[in-house]
Amino acid sequence: MLKGRHMSFWEYANPKLFMQTSGRFLPWFASLSLITLVAGMVWGYFLTPEAENFGSSVKIIYIHVPAALMAINAWMMMLVTSLVWLIRRHHVSALAAKAAAPIGMTMTLIALFTGAIWGQPMWGTYWAWDPRLTSFLILFLFYLGYIALWEAIDDPDTAADLTSVLCLVGSVFALLSRYAVNFWSQGLHQAASLSMDKEEHVSNVYYWPLLLCIAGFVLLFIALVLMRTRTEIRSRRMKALIARERVA
Amino acid sequence: MIAILIRDMRLAMRAGGGFGLGLAFFLIVVVLVPFGVGPQSALLGKIAPGILWVGALLACLLSLDRIFALDFEDGSLDLLATAPVPLEGVVAMKALAHWLTTGLPLTIAAPFLAVLLNMPEAGFGWLVVTLAIGTPALSFIGTFGAALTVGLKRGGLLLSLLVLPLYVPTLIFGAEALRRGAEGFDNITPLLMLAGITAGVVALLPFVAAATIRINLR
Repeated sequence: MLKGRHMSFWEYANPKLFMQTSGRFLPWFASLSLITLVAGMVWGYFLTPEAENFGSSVKIIYIHVPAALMAINAWMMMLVTSLVWLIRRHHVSALAAKAAAPIGMTMTLIALFTGAIWGQPMWGTYWAWDPRLTSFLILFLFYLGYIALWEAIDDPDTAADLTSVLCLVGSVFALLSRYAVNFWSQGLHQAASLSMDKEEHVSNVYYWPLLLCIAGFVLLFIALVLMRTRTEIRSRRMKALIARERVA
Repeated sequence: MIAILIRDMRLAMRAGGGFGLGLAFFLIVVVLVPFGVGPQSALLGKIAPGILWVGALLACLLSLDRIFALDFEDGSLDLLATAPVPLEGVVAMKALAHWLTTGLPLTIAAPFLAVLLNMPEAGFGWLVVTLAIGTPALSFIGTFGAALTVGLKRGGLLLSLLVLPLYVPTLIFGAEALRRGAEGFDNITPLLMLAGITAGVVALLPFVAAATIRINLR
């Protein structure tokens, strides 16, 4: 790190430097996320009392809430990296967006499934067309379309461009859908009463282990994105090597 | 640009253009639903606004891949992109032609299909109004989707997957405005939201779609 003092953030757009640095930090992120997750889960599952109205089912909160948070944050990250790709044409940025999408989709699925499992004992139903649930279902569809578009296009730069545009337009429409769904579900249906504002319900006993779990999920997300981005860069290099060999 | 509009409309209406296809599809969807849910008039009347909106939306979707695909195949899209006319204008005209040959006929035909579904009479006017306001948004959003998938050989299914989530806000506000109108409630809020979406989409998406086409033609 000779030029460390003058280094700007954008130099990590250099794939080689990115590989070096991310390779050094990846084990740290991975092990830290493991430690925080285990600590948060053990604390949350075994060392907190059962809630009065909820019984032990409340403890799914330690997976449900962090997953839901990361589902949205992953899309936000994709939005930012897509913008960076469109403006500054850094390949690492486009690949990071590509790498984050399946993780975000999985987080959305986890949030939906744990919510359904939680909803059955609490609300008496696995699914209700409540604004929150519906928005997440729509978010899941956006992830599906985004990933499918990446898969469908052969040329990597065209794919990066088009998926970035889709991500930008999709973000606007996802936001619109969020408000539309809010409006729609309060209109004639009365399902909104089912929606619980989680923050209000969490008492201090659950707060700290939940925070720990959220931190664990964030670290896990970073580690996974780094890992997948590295894989993408390596597969890109492989393709370049194969193409070069064919020419030679 | 007017020439492009007329050309596209002619192409759509002549043999093989699939002009009647959307309408026929709309009819079939509306006819199939009673077979699925049963012939009770009260139930059908209650769900009619939703069915009509979803049916119109799906019928719109059907002809989207024709907007650019044929021009892309025979190379005229390259010519249009390098022509002195701005590509944004071309895209907007193509979207308009799509609406005139799909959305507008659907809007006009919808009240007749509403009879089949036993929709409350108060809703007939609102049906035409909401579809007239909302279907341009469907055409313009769909044009963006078609621009995204223009270079792909089998883009049809992907096009649906990309476009349908984008249709959600339009569908929600359109169907909600119609439902409230049909049941005699105040529906000015969803109507204004629907009009807002259409205005925003018509104003902005041609630029995005044109940029997308330039990427695809690169």
